[in-house]
Amino acid sequence: MKPSVVLVTGVSREMGSRVAAQLAADDSIERVIGVDTMPPGPRAIGALGRTEFVRADIRNPLIAKVVNSANVDTVVHMNVRATPRSFGGRNAMKEMNVIGTMQLLAACQKSDTVRRFVLKSTSAVYGASPNDPALFTEDKVPRVPPRSGYGRDAVEVEGYVRRYGRKRPDVSLTILRFANFIGPDSDSALLRYLSLPVVPVVLGYDARLQFVHEDDALAVLGIAIGEDKPGVFNVAGEGVIPIRQAVARAGRVSLEVLPPLMSVAANVTKRMAKIDVSGDQLALIMYGRGMDIERLVNDFGYQPTFTTREAFDDWVARRLTPVVTPALVGGAEQALVGMLPDGDRFAEASS
Amino acid sequence: MSPAKVIRLRDSGGSEEHPSASAGSGLPASGPDVPGWERKAAGALAFLRRRLTGDFDVDEYGYDQDYYDHVIGPALNWVYDSYWRVETFGLENIPDDGAALLVSNHSGTVAIDLPMVTVAVREHHPKHRMVRALGANFVFALPVLAVIARRMGATLACNEDADDLLSKGHLVAVFPEGVKGVGKGWNERYKLQRFGRGGFVRTAIKNGVPIIPTAIIGAEEALPMIGRFNGLGKMIGVPFIPVLPTPVPLPSKWMIQFGEPIPTDHLDKDALDDPMLLSELSDQIRETIQQQVYDLLRTRKSIFF
Repeated sequence: MKPSVVLVTGVSREMGSRVAAQLAADDSIERVIGVDTMPPGPRAIGALGRTEFVRADIRNPLIAKVVNSANVDTVVHMNVRATPRSFGGRNAMKEMNVIGTMQLLAACQKSDTVRRFVLKSTSAVYGASPNDPALFTEDKVPRVPPRSGYGRDAVEVEGYVRRYGRKRPDVSLTILRFANFIGPDSDSALLRYLSLPVVPVVLGYDARLQFVHEDDALAVLGIAIGEDKPGVFNVAGEGVIPIRQAVARAGRVSLEVLPPLMSVAANVTKRMAKIDVSGDQLALIMYGRGMDIERLVNDFGYQPTFTTREAFDDWVARRLTPVVTPALVGGAEQALVGMLPDGDRFAEASS
Repeated sequence: MSPAKVIRLRDSGGSEEHPSASAGSGLPASGPDVPGWERKAAGALAFLRRRLTGDFDVDEYGYDQDYYDHVIGPALNWVYDSYWRVETFGLENIPDDGAALLVSNHSGTVAIDLPMVTVAVREHHPKHRMVRALGANFVFALPVLAVIARRMGATLACNEDADDLLSKGHLVAVFPEGVKGVGKGWNERYKLQRFGRGGFVRTAIKNGVPIIPTAIIGAEEALPMIGRFNGLGKMIGVPFIPVLPTPVPLPSKWMIQFGEPIPTDHLDKDALDDPMLLSELSDQIRETIQQQVYDLLRTRKSIFF
């Protein structure tokens, strides 16, 4: 089934607006309806084109009217969020995420027209602990599921979406578990944290981080919206980047923090740099996590164009100004090598 | 006089390369030899530069070849060569490439045998292969140890990681005795404990890889455990806290024997559902290793020499 009337929730956010803009530019799609609590920012409005914006709190049953009156056939749910501050607190965020999803699903369940449902989910559903395999496959249930925050909400949301899928087997259901987005337009607590000139890292641990480039994420969403791709798929760039390497490649200095003091450091960061840090994000920074993308490549049929490291480097190159540059380090190395008795006979140090 | 022409060799770690004589950022192509200490100093500075700029490769398990070659490897090599004076036999039984499962006895109170197996193959096998060892989960919960374990190619002992590594053609090492193995008292030394439920046999058959029975002696005497605190250990997240006569491991004489490979690709996948068969195979392998252990003990002249 080719999509004709597409509903996108969370359209005012970065990835939501890009998805809607991509759909709006596709003439084969009759209508694009974007839903969010706040209107999109001025930069997004231009790109959104003919997207019809509906300001609705999806916790409100109004969403059912939108779905039915417009004869929506494809729903893209991108409204599950991880930023408590912008909602006025954790409880409000949870309500928006979970209750909002329930209302949306109730509307879809009653609808005769919805045939395809795509959920933007997250790797956070796997939690982060030392007892986990190095790479999670989609059917793996984590030994330590996320206990709070965004990860917990995401697990609940996935549960409700699956239940909806069981009640409506005629609907093609796609759940996409994205690694952390990264790219020139991305903004998240993790990226803000890695942009700090001095980045606190937990002494004695080197978390493996994984990213998906926003261009790859957009491409995957586009495919999932345009074709039936039922199932659950991990979406990430190949490979991982350990957190200290990430800090080094970003040209930052890492500050080693003793494990018990890490939550103190997180609170200080939260207050000073206004970065929303929650419990499960601390676990991510400490233990890291990886996802296997074999199903994405073989079954879904998409090979990400950026590996985790390439995606990270792209963000660094386009968004950051290094504090510690390769030239600086290389210069120091050259100076020190030059001090050796035979120093002038060694190769130039810069990479 | 113009400086000698300089030719750059390798820089950061790449594939399964092995650092041979030199590990520097560049070496003189001609002219009188540069003293060894200078090469090492230049190499160390180049390594620091790569660390500070993040210019090295890490695989998805956290294996950091550059870090191993410059930090972990040299330290372990010294211990292998000079302290425990390990003698290794049977390296020809380890294939030059492709996946295989090394199954070994386990001892040494704090799993000191695992790094020695890694060094034995890395340094002395003609292809300098990197063993990917599977460790218990508390290893990855402990600070510092978690990092070192991953950077030397180890990962969690779980089916997903084992299957993934074997399917990619790696040499994987398992220690089926597990904590029961390292927690043996002095009276039980070198008596192989039960091999769990034979999970490693399942893994080998599922992936169609040969099993290489491995025996290691020397670890029991290096850290002889004279007592253990279970409760206290569990409180801090480790299986037990050992009571040792000395804080530093003793310089016992070690020997490692890699036995003849036992192929599994002739067994069809129905075997995977047959617990009797798996249990039988597991016991057979345990006996093979036990025999290898006794042979090594007979060959060894004494505990320390």
